[in-house]
Amino acid sequence: MAVNREIIKFLAMVVVILVAPLLVHEGYLINVMVFIGIHTMLALALNLLLGYAGQISLGQAGFFGLGAYISGILTATHGINPWAAMAAAALFVTFLAFIVGFPILKLKGHYLAMATLGLGIIIYIVFNEAVEQTGGPSGLSGIPNLQVAGIVFDTDLKNYYLIWAFTLAAMGLALNLVHSRIGRALRAIHDSEVAARVMGVNARLLKVQIFALSAGLSAIAGSLYAHTMTFIAPASFGFNFSVELVTMVIIGGLASIYGSLLGAALLTLLPEMLRAFQDYDIIVYGLLLIVMTMFMPGGLVKGVPSALSRIRGKLQGRPVPHA
Amino acid sequence: MKYLLQAVTTLLLLFTTSLAFAASSTIKIGGLFSVTGPASFLGEPERNTAKMVVDEINAKGGIKGKKLELVVYDTQGDATKAVQAANRLIKDDKVVAIVGPSTTGESMAVIPVAEKEGVPLISCAAGSKITDPVKKWIFKTAQNDYLAVNKIYDHLNKKKISKVAIITVSDGFGSSGREQLKAYAAKHGIQIVVDDTYGPKDTDMTSQLTKIRASQAQAIICWGTNPGPAVIAKNVRQLGIKLPLFMSHGVSSNKFIELAGDAAEGIILPTGRVLVCDALPKTDKQKSSLQAFVKDCKTHYNAEGDHFGGHAWDAVMLLKGAIERGGDTPAAIRDQLEKTKLFAGIGGIFSFSATDHAGLGKDAFVLVQIKKKDFVLLK
Amino acid sequence: MDLADQIAQYMVSGLSTGAIYALIGIGFAIIYNSTEIINFAQGELVMLGGMFTLFFLETMKLPLPLSILLAVLATIASGVLFERLTIRPLKAPTPLSLIIITIGGSILIRGIAMLVWGKDTHALPAFSGSEPIAVGSATILPQHLWIFALTGIAIVSNKLFFQYTITGKAMRACAVNRRAAGLVGIDVRRMVLFSFAISGGLGSLAGIIVAPLTMTSYDVGIMLGLKGFCAAIIGGLSGGIGTVLGGLLLGTLESLGAGLISSGYKDAIAFVILLLILFIRPQGLFGRAQTERV
Repeated sequence: MAVNREIIKFLAMVVVILVAPLLVHEGYLINVMVFIGIHTMLALALNLLLGYAGQISLGQAGFFGLGAYISGILTATHGINPWAAMAAAALFVTFLAFIVGFPILKLKGHYLAMATLGLGIIIYIVFNEAVEQTGGPSGLSGIPNLQVAGIVFDTDLKNYYLIWAFTLAAMGLALNLVHSRIGRALRAIHDSEVAARVMGVNARLLKVQIFALSAGLSAIAGSLYAHTMTFIAPASFGFNFSVELVTMVIIGGLASIYGSLLGAALLTLLPEMLRAFQDYDIIVYGLLLIVMTMFMPGGLVKGVPSALSRIRGKLQGRPVPHA
Repeated sequence: MKYLLQAVTTLLLLFTTSLAFAASSTIKIGGLFSVTGPASFLGEPERNTAKMVVDEINAKGGIKGKKLELVVYDTQGDATKAVQAANRLIKDDKVVAIVGPSTTGESMAVIPVAEKEGVPLISCAAGSKITDPVKKWIFKTAQNDYLAVNKIYDHLNKKKISKVAIITVSDGFGSSGREQLKAYAAKHGIQIVVDDTYGPKDTDMTSQLTKIRASQAQAIICWGTNPGPAVIAKNVRQLGIKLPLFMSHGVSSNKFIELAGDAAEGIILPTGRVLVCDALPKTDKQKSSLQAFVKDCKTHYNAEGDHFGGHAWDAVMLLKGAIERGGDTPAAIRDQLEKTKLFAGIGGIFSFSATDHAGLGKDAFVLVQIKKKDFVLLK
Repeated sequence: MDLADQIAQYMVSGLSTGAIYALIGIGFAIIYNSTEIINFAQGELVMLGGMFTLFFLETMKLPLPLSILLAVLATIASGVLFERLTIRPLKAPTPLSLIIITIGGSILIRGIAMLVWGKDTHALPAFSGSEPIAVGSATILPQHLWIFALTGIAIVSNKLFFQYTITGKAMRACAVNRRAAGLVGIDVRRMVLFSFAISGGLGSLAGIIVAPLTMTSYDVGIMLGLKGFCAAIIGGLSGGIGTVLGGLLLGTLESLGAGLISSGYKDAIAFVILLLILFIRPQGLFGRAQTERV
């Protein structure tokens, strides 16, 4: 029964995403929705790590950038097929994360935050300094679009379907994962790692595996980003973007697949809506982070329904059920 | 799930209704400037100048009776944001031309968008790869970095200096300068004996300079924007290095002298003419443009005319000329831009052609030296 | 000039940069030890120190010593305000929510500073001239002496405060066990507030004494904050000598790295060392082992 409901939920979302471009007349909105797709995938990857396994990463943008740069350099400089490049990027980044994951995930809390942050910064510095390969701070151009059977993904609409196909697949994968034995083991680690170990969960290996999966998914998102934009520069993969991704996950809702979608959508649309504020948007952004964490720690996914039910309760004069 | 859908649809609705629709009696042009973020030293004066020029044009009755409307988006120095904003300008605001972006990286990122949609774009960034090779819809107003490099190298040749140390900032501005410094050195018979970099937020460069002090270098060339070069000037003094110090046009404003203080004395740098416009001879073709620009900056913002703001001034004035000659459709503007001849702007004298979309000659830069806290034209 | 002279200069430069990192790092450590919060807004307090001094000096036209004093007080007030408004109201703080809130706070403070003071970089006058002083074959500026002296004084008085005053002892008690400290009648919340005040003061002091050398602007806090955090982690988040050594080590390694290996990768070198230290000795080079962290 529960499983069926999950499937219906997921299918409903797929339908919404498939028809959404037909309802949108502004050509420009489709471009925004392309980025929502990429950001959803990144938020989802981070959420698996942060929300389900309870391990923070402030270096996600580094993996995203590695995916983009590996794909970009292999195709633009060495003329390798984009799909092969994407696979290479995903495999390499997954492997790299798996290796560094063992020492890094031994750490906890602030130490883990600092270590992942450091890793992200090191990767960012390499993008900037390895000018011969990456083009340095002024970026790498001439990255080809992806193509399938003669269809070149060179318009927003085509890219929309391409990217959302990947994002939906990732969401499906994640949904399966969290409802499986692994998902339960992850939640056990989140609640108490010691207890999980006692119950026979190989906590350390599992954490590293999720870390690697999360990095790999981010790399695929990076590769998609590179082939959509056809140009990449280091500034898109800095510490700020890592923080933005964490914000997406927190605002959307920790440990919620749909929350990742919601958080990514909100934070991608937010700058567009804040255009009216001009230079003030950085203040609004900072305030939003603080206020959301203070008053809606469960994110929108849990916060909005509970707020609604509280309002409804007030209107009907009933005592408020505790959210 | 229901709530989720509700939330998403309300968001989208809110968003679409927040978009403004334009009246047709105006000509809409777009501006992409990195007003905030690490490149705000470019984007902010550019945005302010573009607004100022548009206001000035409208105050004088607009272009052929139509008012200009400028829509500016902040790209924050980020390629992703620049592309999103370019898409919005073209598809949503339906602008007929775009001024900006401010940096070479962002410009390279939005070029495919402008090319695909067929909207003329005048970049305010200096990277020569923006217009080399020539792209149909892309122009630029900022002087190519190699012009500044050659100005310095010519001077070194005159002084018979052949071994130099370069220290460049590791951002877009510095890495482009570094590339050009290395590319043109051999042509001038100059040998780069130390090639060092520093981070845009670094606070102490004595390590790099100590290395330079121990080398064979006869001069130091530093390529960066405030505040790094001011720190370097101070560090050079601290270490007692007596070598002549050259800077880039990235610090060609009084702000640099204010930051570096006494350490600025004697530094030589290439700059556009705006910094020394009063000292120019009356016969100089740019003089009237320059003085108008400086005066407008004073009245609108009570600021000194800025080298970087000048890029936006040139871009908007080039657009004005093109629209006056050929009408306000993107295709007509593009064609007329390409036919622009001998337009005396802030950055230099522009002449575009089908094979040249950068349009500036060798003399876009002059060399100045800082003497008694002021810039003096170096003959 | 031979290599030994070069290295002497690298060491001197590195130590003076390291002293700043240490001062910022101690701010991190003090807050961490009494609250288990890593205050990601610490770098912004450093920035506020410099910018407030500039404000009092240039806009209010006050003399430099008075401007500095007022700037320190104003930054302390900002730190306290930040704690009262965002951290104290939290009902169920988790390490994650605290990280996010302080990151949010740093963005907010930076944004406000940008709007109030603009994006320009500003220079403070050096406290006592800028004639270089020779130290062996290396040279430093009088401002460097100020940095060493003030860092030294700040660290010693810090030590005395925590060792010999009742409040200091109470704060240490909170660090050891908050619950137990509360049970013996220590007002834990007040101690938390104190820790924000002290680290605000130290941070602003760091921001003020470097400003004549490095200039200041609304966004100087990011990198300085990160480096200070690094110093604190290397030192095992100790509020005393560990973090000082951590800062000095970081500064020297950076300077040597820039001079001898590669200036472009010098920050990467610093972070690689940080990672190695975390991997091999997560309690910090100078900290005592503590099971909590591993």
